[in-house]
Amino acid sequence: MSIHPVMQRLAEKLKRTDLPEFAPGDQVRVQVKIKEGDKERLQAFEGLVIAINKGAQGTFTVRKMSFGQGVERIFPFNSKVVDRVEKIRSYRVRRAKLFYIRSLRGKAARLKEVDREHAKA
Amino acid sequence: MAVTGIIGKKIGMTQVFDEKGEVHPITVLQAGPCVVTQLKTAAKDGYDAAQIGLVEFVKASNLTKPMTGHLKKTEAPPMRELREVGVLAAKEGEAEVKAGDRVLVDLFAEDKFVDVIGTSKGRGFAGVVRRHGFGGGPKSHGHMFQVQGSIGASSFPSRVFPGQRMPGHFGVDQVTVRNLRIRGVDLEENLLMVEGAVPGAKDGYVLISKPKAPPRERRGFGGSGTVDPLKASKKASAKKK
Repeated sequence: MSIHPVMQRLAEKLKRTDLPEFAPGDQVRVQVKIKEGDKERLQAFEGLVIAINKGAQGTFTVRKMSFGQGVERIFPFNSKVVDRVEKIRSYRVRRAKLFYIRSLRGKAARLKEVDREHAKA
Repeated sequence: MAVTGIIGKKIGMTQVFDEKGEVHPITVLQAGPCVVTQLKTAAKDGYDAAQIGLVEFVKASNLTKPMTGHLKKTEAPPMRELREVGVLAAKEGEAEVKAGDRVLVDLFAEDKFVDVIGTSKGRGFAGVVRRHGFGGGPKSHGHMFQVQGSIGASSFPSRVFPGQRMPGHFGVDQVTVRNLRIRGVDLEENLLMVEGAVPGAKDGYVLISKPKAPPRERRGFGGSGTVDPLKASKKASAKKK
């Protein structure tokens, strides 16, 4: 299904441009705005990007292990909760959605690091 | 100039984030530009109204001859969709509405809400579960699923009461949704963003009008000033210290 040209223009207007480019298989640190009473502070959520959903209402999923428990958070790209995203490193992955990583633990869940920026050039 | 509504077209839905970071579903409507094609007056027609038409790319050769003749009176461009809207008495310094006037989205500059009238999506000949929300039968134990069951008692009254809900044609009805919050206006592209769903399919014509009965101004009106009573008392006690 094609997108209405008006919707496309509107999506571009609403789109957030300050986030860096990242892909599934990247280790990222998402600085999340947290409101405590009247104060606002940042909390980091660091983990592996296991899925990216594109489009006007796009989201990305970050998974991390917290005390042996897998935790996933889904962030909309346009969310105001996301203050900034820092890309830490990239791993070599062969698919766009890394859901298989959920069933892996320890040594089996290791990934090989790659330098994606320089590989392209 | 003041008319009470504008013709629009449903374009699609998306989401927006507000200042608080909360997400809202919005429907994007093409609202106008419209042109007043005829004025109805109490003296001549028995009521006051303005007939407006939505200006869009329509081939003049696709219009019927009566339509072409009608539009010719006000030298309006070829249009497909005409609707009647109410006319408000002109305020001081404003000109009265006259045929040939342009109607744009800035009409809703002072409004926080709008009413939208559209034609719902056609569902064909629909059963009672879909059409009237009946519970249906059990899914197992040798029963049928989406039948309505009994439609009345037996020897008394020996007839079915009028108004018994039954299967039949569903959809393609005029549906009015009131008090949709305006979430954005784009004057350049003639867009109006309203919160929530609007009846009908994409590209369907809708009539957007000023709210007939907008919500009263009260605490929490506008969504920003909502106070959680529990937290409010906490804050008050904190200040006392």
